[in-house]
Amino acid sequence: MTTTILYTVLCLVALGLLFAVVLYLVAQKFKVEEDPRIDTVESLLPGANCGGCGNAGCRAFAEKFVKADGEGDFFCPVGGNETMKKIAGALGKEAVEKVPMAAIVRCQGTADKCARTNRYDGYASCKVAAALYSGETGCRWGCIGLGDCLEVCQFGGIRIDPRSGVADINADMCTGCGSCAKVCPRGVIEMRPKGPKGRRVFVSCVNRDKGALTRKACTIGCIGCGKCEKVCPFGAVHVENNVAYIDFTKCKLCRKCVDECPTHAIVAANFPPKPQQVAQPNTEKQ
Amino acid sequence: MKLKTFKMGGVHPDDSKISSGAAIEELPLPQTAYISMAQHLGAPAVPAVQKGDSVKVGQLIATAGGFVSAVIRSPFSGTVKAVEPRADLAGNMVPHIIIDVEGDEWLPEIDRTPDIRREITATPGEILAKIQDAGVVGLGGAAFPTHVKLAPPKGKTAECLILNGTECEPFLTSDDRIMRERPEEIILGAVIMMKALGVDKCYVGIEENKPEAIAAMKGAAAGYAGVKVVPLRKKYPQGGEKQLIDAIIRRRVPSMGLPIDTGAVVQNVGTSLAVYEAVQKNKPLIDNTITVTGKCLGSQRNFKTRVGCTYAQLLEAAGGAPENAAKFISGGPMMGKAIVNLEAATQKATSALLVLTEEETLRKPESNCIRCGKCADACPMGLQPFLLSKYARAGKHQDELEEEKVFDCIECGCCLYTCPANIPLLDVIRPAKAEVIKIMRSRPKQ
Repeated sequence: MTTTILYTVLCLVALGLLFAVVLYLVAQKFKVEEDPRIDTVESLLPGANCGGCGNAGCRAFAEKFVKADGEGDFFCPVGGNETMKKIAGALGKEAVEKVPMAAIVRCQGTADKCARTNRYDGYASCKVAAALYSGETGCRWGCIGLGDCLEVCQFGGIRIDPRSGVADINADMCTGCGSCAKVCPRGVIEMRPKGPKGRRVFVSCVNRDKGALTRKACTIGCIGCGKCEKVCPFGAVHVENNVAYIDFTKCKLCRKCVDECPTHAIVAANFPPKPQQVAQPNTEKQ
Repeated sequence: MKLKTFKMGGVHPDDSKISSGAAIEELPLPQTAYISMAQHLGAPAVPAVQKGDSVKVGQLIATAGGFVSAVIRSPFSGTVKAVEPRADLAGNMVPHIIIDVEGDEWLPEIDRTPDIRREITATPGEILAKIQDAGVVGLGGAAFPTHVKLAPPKGKTAECLILNGTECEPFLTSDDRIMRERPEEIILGAVIMMKALGVDKCYVGIEENKPEAIAAMKGAAAGYAGVKVVPLRKKYPQGGEKQLIDAIIRRRVPSMGLPIDTGAVVQNVGTSLAVYEAVQKNKPLIDNTITVTGKCLGSQRNFKTRVGCTYAQLLEAAGGAPENAAKFISGGPMMGKAIVNLEAATQKATSALLVLTEEETLRKPESNCIRCGKCADACPMGLQPFLLSKYARAGKHQDELEEEKVFDCIECGCCLYTCPANIPLLDVIRPAKAEVIKIMRSRPKQ
């Protein structure tokens, strides 16, 4: 009895040792030489694997970054300038600064502003619904609210407001990776610079129908009247295809257009509340 | 004798042909008509009239926008009120010609008598030209321009013509009715198309649930050499071109191939009737038969309507929608499109207006896939819907989807119909298929 157990144990130990040696030799023979800097760079990246940089994940980004020796158009939108400085430093290079971006939802077509005309009972995906028809409201351009953006967001920065039915982005959690903007079938989400203190002015509507049609569908849509275009002292606003667009490279955040807009389609985000909003044009004049 | 049917897949939904007893009646002319410029497959038509022009029935109002496209001739007489975008049944804006209907004045060359003209004098070339000039498109649903289909591409020859009278979709009865009421004209249309194609064989496939239509068509076909009526076993989607070819001549259309690769040209019976009218009577495709049906409706009707009436008008003529009506569908319940805008205009290939109640349209909650394989059994194209839907849902799997031949999907909905877990298989596969086809088309041709 004891000899049987002894033989079994010895036999297994011998086999184990043999395999260990074989595995060691094989591992030595087929060793993959990898740049150790790839691991270093990867460890400095956020590790969300969001794909915001256009690569398959953080590892892929690190590989490409190291291969190109840090030269070229590389940017991790999630980590931002700080991360870029770190990983460029790891390769002994200087990082090129970029403006941090944030996602904005260009639609305010909430249930009270944009009446529902029918009920969608199909598969809950914006992509599927958009391929089928014009949507639950009279507006065929705006947010569908079935949450494709919410699914792709790796940072929990998006929610679909249950009352309004429109996607809502939490500015604090948005890293600007841009995956939501890519997935939105209506192109409602746009990437814009975060702006000083998160302040930005944008036209929160993408309805390209003529004014009368837009108005019929939604009370807060851009009707393309062009008042904002006229009032803007910096030539940042342009009406094209019946919808205004504010060029963020020219906008100086004066907010004249916000006050001028008859449908309140232009949004000024993260500005201090009202009293200052009135004071702002005065300081502009001084 | 065992009836023929296609081999692979298929489902047996309740056929609900409750409107089959209703004879075709003419719908009164509307006050305003809306003619869509995108009522056929391919490039949209280009309006050839302007605001204020007066038009007669049969007058050319829009020219073809390309090779695969069709002209549109006015179904009404009156004045052009506007040429502008208007919402279609899905709410998307499509250019329409809007006509204020005044009287009913036809072009003089159109033969409006009910006499059947049996003598076919036109040459094959003339037949094709007449069909093209009349704006005939396939009335089976896809609205593919008929003159393109009747002119096989170089290197391919047609061996036989197949008339599609299967009407495998539940509820629809418009083809059934025209086969019962105008069988000889349909057969004549087939004879004309046989002449154009240079073939001497024609099979008319009709499902067994339409015995009157089979009898009528058999009676009418008796006098014409080469035309044979083939009764088929009832199975959905037998009306699919590829399935019908398989059922009747036992040949399979290769993946990515065209039906002509099997030597068969398939045309709907409605198209055949339109071809007869275009060639023998100079009457362009300006009207079609539309079934208005639904278990909740007071009366089941089959209307002969001019193209460009609204769905609301059809519904009103059938006695209006009951209070519990929840969903309106253009076409059958399997492949039809939900209507969100009843003010949308009917098109050349519109076959039915189906009204369903909340209970009938209720979707059961989705549960997990139990890997029973029913969807793969039901798929008439031999695909694996469960796998396709998994890839499609995960996103970014276009290569795998292409490998699994997602482009072969005919969007018949058998998978979704048969799934015991109520997984919306087709709903997810459809956009993925469109994406893959877009990628494939964008590749440089070798």
